[in-house]
Amino acid sequence: MTAEASRGASAPPELVQLLTPEGERVEHPDYDIDLTDEEVRSLYRDLVLVRRIDLEAVALQRQGELGIWASLLGQEAAQIGSGRALTDADMAFPTYREHGVAWCRDVDPVKLLGLFRGVNHGGWDPEEHNFHLYTIVIGSQTLHAVGYAMGIQRDDANAATIAYFGDGATSQGDVNESFIWASVFNAPIVFFCQNNQWAISEPLEKQTRIPLYRRASGFGFPGIRVDGNDVFACLAVTRKALEAARTGQGPTLIEAFTYRMGAHTTTDDPTRYRVASELEAWKLKDPIERVRSYLFKNEHADQAFFDSVDAEADQLGADLRRRCLAMPDPEPLDIFDHVYREPHALIDQERAQFAAYLEGFAQ
Amino acid sequence: MTILSLSKALNEGMRKAMEDDPKVLIMGEDVGKLGGVFRVTDGLQKDFGEDRVIDTPLAESGIIGTAIGLALRGYRPVCEIQFDGFVFPAADQIITQLAKMPMRSLGAIKLPVVVRIPCGGGIGAVEHHSESPEAYFTHTAGLRVVACSNPADAYTMIQQAIRSDDPVIFFEPKRRYWEKADIDTSSTDWWPPLHAAKVVRPGSDATLLAYGPMVKTCLEAAKAAEDDGRSLEVVDLRSLNPLDEPVVMDSVRRTGRVVVVHEAPVNSGFGAELAARITEQCFYNLESPVLRVGGFSTPYPPSRLEEHYLPDLDRVLDAVDRALGY
Repeated sequence: MTAEASRGASAPPELVQLLTPEGERVEHPDYDIDLTDEEVRSLYRDLVLVRRIDLEAVALQRQGELGIWASLLGQEAAQIGSGRALTDADMAFPTYREHGVAWCRDVDPVKLLGLFRGVNHGGWDPEEHNFHLYTIVIGSQTLHAVGYAMGIQRDDANAATIAYFGDGATSQGDVNESFIWASVFNAPIVFFCQNNQWAISEPLEKQTRIPLYRRASGFGFPGIRVDGNDVFACLAVTRKALEAARTGQGPTLIEAFTYRMGAHTTTDDPTRYRVASELEAWKLKDPIERVRSYLFKNEHADQAFFDSVDAEADQLGADLRRRCLAMPDPEPLDIFDHVYREPHALIDQERAQFAAYLEGFAQ
Repeated sequence: MTILSLSKALNEGMRKAMEDDPKVLIMGEDVGKLGGVFRVTDGLQKDFGEDRVIDTPLAESGIIGTAIGLALRGYRPVCEIQFDGFVFPAADQIITQLAKMPMRSLGAIKLPVVVRIPCGGGIGAVEHHSESPEAYFTHTAGLRVVACSNPADAYTMIQQAIRSDDPVIFFEPKRRYWEKADIDTSSTDWWPPLHAAKVVRPGSDATLLAYGPMVKTCLEAAKAAEDDGRSLEVVDLRSLNPLDEPVVMDSVRRTGRVVVVHEAPVNSGFGAELAARITEQCFYNLESPVLRVGGFSTPYPPSRLEEHYLPDLDRVLDAVDRALGY
């Protein structure tokens, strides 16, 4: 890997930005957005609350209440911006880090914890929220999203799908196959890549020699890079791409250029693979601080508003903690539930045998 | 009654399923204008259109992955994997997603996806075109695994598989595609359940257990054995997961001797599962060990050698001799 190629992958050219890290509003000819003060305050509230959900979950993991947690710290704007661009009819296909998108889809945050606490493999009904289950295998869900989009086409529905994945996933065959399928079938889908710079310990340079959004052109559809820490820009770009998808203009790849501030999951140690100065540089681009500073400077919100959001976050965190601890372990025989929809002789046989075995201890 | 080849019976079965339910889709490589490399989907795109019979890009993981998405949207995709050896690029989507997603959703999701796989050897093909990968899938919870052996079953089982709300891996014996039989396409009265095994030839001295392409081989072996005064029972398993244990064990208890016959390598093959289950449940009924006849622990050989690799009448009868020799 040459230094030049390395810069090619990570340098931020042609980045759509509507709000600078200092909280200054800037214009963009193609992706401007008109938000009311109330809408901006609402986005700020989302950002603060999902960060609080995330911090509480990290704390719960550290205290042994969750087996593992994949933190979204630093990626709040990418998730809230794209998540708030969705209509109720759109369908989202997440990986396992899309807690902010789940929030936008009204999935009860405690349900996100089930997978990480080990009481289930995902406890919400995807159709109820149009938010699919978390997918652990990297990139698998992008194909599901394309297939679902092909179903939308056949139903002639006014809807689109959005597939979330990370920079590491772009190396997977399934993600590349999903680009091909989406392109040749002109599927109504938005590919939303959160390029957080690291696939566990592997930097972006191990995945690509070109900026990721440029991949799209090789598959025959547009790619766009957006400031992933700018909630306005993420909202504007995603909204436009979804509208293009819904109106028969096919897929778009959005690369949200952001940074994972924490570990990949609570099991790894980023100090082994990245330098502190990188983290410090990205701290200056914090997605929440820039909205806060915009609201404050323009007097769109007063201290009472910020205090009330903080108070709401405290309450949300405490409530999440209480309900997490109250989450019961499943019953042993639940192992056999839902493996098949229709009766299955072997499952029935094994359930009966295991039940009899367990009953032996009761006597 | 209509005389149909096995491939045409599958075609008629899919046609019927598509007429009955507008949500049924066919998808795969070359399934449209060409009608599939074995012509199993012949004429379906012409009659049902490109939105229902979808010629896909050439990528197996993509076929299964997008079929999952279509099923999530309420469709019932029937995927064709062109040849057995090409299912492996799709194995991740089948094993980690198709099989597990309904359970992961605590039952909220159903995935009525059928994966059709032309399987087995005997047609003189090049490598990766003659394999029997069933054990990979019977080992995976959440999948149903079935194998048809004759035109009548092909006609009924494909329709039942499509109607199932569970994912079904559907094995088709490619060397039997051209064999014909009379089929009553006007009635469902004669249809056995999808997961029922069938005693296709009664006998009393030993049981031959087979499925897919080896059922015919076993029937021929049983006929040959009759000339030597031996009465062999042949059971067509039809379903490998779930296995119809009552029919299998009942046969074993009556004959006391079992030979399992499949094309897949014997080592860790489905025959091992049968032998273990039979030993657990019928130990005191057995007059001899459960014997297995199948492929060697080698890759499938070049086609000029496949007649030595594939179980034939002599190898089956040799095993019967050994079983009866105890």
